[in-house]
Amino acid sequence: MTALLHVDGVSRRFGGYLALNNASCEIGEGDIHALIGPNGAGKTTLFNVVSGLLRPTVGKVSFKGRDYTGLKPDRVLTMGIARNFQQVRLVRGLSVVENVMIGAHARINRGILGNAAEFFGFSIAEKAAREKARAMLDFVGMAGKSDLQPDELTLVDQRRLEIARALTSEPQLLLLDEPAAGMNPTELLELSALIKRIRKQGLTVLLVEHHMRLVMSIADFITVLSAGSIIAAGTPAVIQRDPAVISAYLGARE
Amino acid sequence: MLSSYWDSVAVFLGINILMGVSLYIPMTAGLISLGQGGFMAIGAYVCAILTKSDVPFFLALVAGGCAAGIAGLVAGAPALRIRGIYVMILTLGFGEIVRVFFLNFESTGGASGLGGIRPLTELWQVIVACVIAYLMVWRIRHVRLGRAMVAIHEDDLAAEAMGINLTRTKLLSFSLGAIVAGLAGGFYAHQALFIDANQFDFSRSAITFLYVVLGGVSNPLGAIVGAAIVTLLPEFLRVVQDWRMTVFGTMLVLIAVWRPDGLLRAPSLHKS
Repeated sequence: MTALLHVDGVSRRFGGYLALNNASCEIGEGDIHALIGPNGAGKTTLFNVVSGLLRPTVGKVSFKGRDYTGLKPDRVLTMGIARNFQQVRLVRGLSVVENVMIGAHARINRGILGNAAEFFGFSIAEKAAREKARAMLDFVGMAGKSDLQPDELTLVDQRRLEIARALTSEPQLLLLDEPAAGMNPTELLELSALIKRIRKQGLTVLLVEHHMRLVMSIADFITVLSAGSIIAAGTPAVIQRDPAVISAYLGARE
Repeated sequence: MLSSYWDSVAVFLGINILMGVSLYIPMTAGLISLGQGGFMAIGAYVCAILTKSDVPFFLALVAGGCAAGIAGLVAGAPALRIRGIYVMILTLGFGEIVRVFFLNFESTGGASGLGGIRPLTELWQVIVACVIAYLMVWRIRHVRLGRAMVAIHEDDLAAEAMGINLTRTKLLSFSLGAIVAGLAGGFYAHQALFIDANQFDFSRSAITFLYVVLGGVSNPLGAIVGAAIVTLLPEFLRVVQDWRMTVFGTMLVLIAVWRPDGLLRAPSLHKS
């Protein structure tokens, strides 16, 4: 197993508040890696650092051995790290399929000529992007919903749409921030199947999730954050028995 | 044929529509400019100076548009670092800088203005320019640039995380708008035949803003409808004579009360 992502001694301070304290971890290629911990533990902060939305106060992040600390979010996406948002962020005013197509922007790099062709409606890339977006909507289980407006979707479909958008950018590492929030048991099963299918496509998944049954059933490796520090890391079996994790987060079985 | 009075009203309407479109473009990317008058001034002066030196009108128009577009890049660069009302303040400042520059720049007439401009603007040219500008705005909405602009307008942080290059998209939309305003300036100079700095003051920028807000920001036709209402209504209101502007102002207030999102709604999306 080789590590795809290295988080190396990352701290992030907001004024007097230390949201992340010297966190280090490795995400193995092809793994489903879960990040768990109580609210306010720094999980989303770590996501924001990894996806380039936040600069770490100290420490560095590297992807495939290359240090990319301080790289802008759009460049991080182009490099191969895509994400969703815990608070769904869709573009109102664009249809579902157009929202997904935004993910393809990172992969289309046309010169002036290509842009002109696109403008006059002769672009093959544009058509391909639309096809790809539709295929991704099928993949996440949203076939037939491409021409709806994002407002018309259920929250669960909005979350799926964000995953489709992230996948359209052809990432190698997919960051999922609480994708199961608000899902019923059937939808949870579908989500877990979807994450497994994503991994089967050769992607690595970093997952923040509170739904322990989901995490324990699909994760290969778990990192536990508490109050900004990593307190444990290991396979689900190890984590479930770790006393520090039990007292900080999981709680003891009666 | 139109009488020369209505012919002239139609040309000014076309110019105002171009101004409306020029502001609509950056506004779709969430950049509200209160300095479109400045871009118009640059286009007007550059175009007028060139035709005075016997450059063909068409080339002069293009040059005026390009000059304004470059100014758009310059003014847009600092606007990248700020948001919302601060962009408005910055562009307002930019418009004033341009106005005061032409007020004091003796080579283009300074405070006494620039006269003796040949009457080269024809109605059909303005109509063609409006049609092209509208088609451009309509097309942009359906390609990558337009999607990126709408995404930035909604949430620029998320847009960046979706892979959109904020710098490039914002500068491009700002500059495209400036080009259209520069073009409008070129037409204006060769219709008014005399220009001075104060014709491109803050009220010009503010009224351009009014076109877009009145018509509706979510629909490219909104800028056109807004420009038409603001330009034509005072003409039709001449029957009420001295009360003209009072009635006009009242109507604006009523529209703002009844249709706070502007007269036109977002277009229903095409199915494909």
